[in-house]
Amino acid sequence: MSLEAVLVVAAALFAVGLYGAISQQVVVMVMMGLELMINAVILAAAGLWWFLAPSPDGHVLLLVVVAAMTVEMAAGFAVATLLHRSRGSDTTDTATDLDR
Amino acid sequence: MMGMAAWLEAVLFWGLGVVAVAAGVAVFRTDSMARATYALALSFVAVGAQVLMLSLDYVGVVTVLMMVMEMAVMAVYMVMFMGMNPALMPMSMVHSKKTALGVAAGTFVALAAGALLVPWPERRGAPAVDLTASLGEAVMGSKMLVMLVVSPVLFATIVSALVLANPRGRYHRLGDDLRRRPADDPQRGGVGR
Repeated sequence: MSLEAVLVVAAALFAVGLYGAISQQVVVMVMMGLELMINAVILAAAGLWWFLAPSPDGHVLLLVVVAAMTVEMAAGFAVATLLHRSRGSDTTDTATDLDR
Repeated sequence: MMGMAAWLEAVLFWGLGVVAVAAGVAVFRTDSMARATYALALSFVAVGAQVLMLSLDYVGVVTVLMMVMEMAVMAVYMVMFMGMNPALMPMSMVHSKKTALGVAAGTFVALAAGALLVPWPERRGAPAVDLTASLGEAVMGSKMLVMLVVSPVLFATIVSALVLANPRGRYHRLGDDLRRRPADDPQRGGVGR
């Protein structure tokens, strides 16, 4: 186990999540892609922390990333609920009002 | 010469990495939303185990617990909102697939090249003996401001998520000046209403 190995796995997870976030039509599936990307960030940050500077500062930063993940999920579920109520649909293609 | 323990550790780490990435890919390949949710949960558990291997006991356990609960919520959402059953009617719910594949592959190559080519510095400092205790001391001491900022953000998230998701608030019931009596409710009921 080395820093490079951790970062390569994290990069693969991030790329898979990015593919999902760009390509999926269902809002909840887009959120799954975002989750995978944040998960990759957690793994990469954990690796950088352990192999480069294992101080409490980086540990606290990881907690902040985990908190960001929960905020993303809560806001995403709320928007999915609102979208479903107002449009009766769950796909991103019906919510392109800001797309010119 | 690599020691036996280090070799086992490397095998375990790469095995977990393969599971995490393969489960992540499965999320977008399976036809069933339930299976996609379970695949994502598996991916999170594998990453959580890797984080545990990096001696981050607290963050690893919290990630696994949080994600398993989150996937349970997500499964409920699938049942609530998915109009059709993709397991019975397999269909591709994607757009701009080629662009997405290209961007994802390019991102992976760029990030992996960076990970392998950057001359990473030597480790600075040593980890504390009890990492979780040192984290607790940091959170309650020198890094308290971070948590003081995070907590109102989480509270604001609760409030805004409720405002977004709530179908009928008091202005729907009582009018813009909150003076309408009786309240406009979708169903009659209560004392004489």
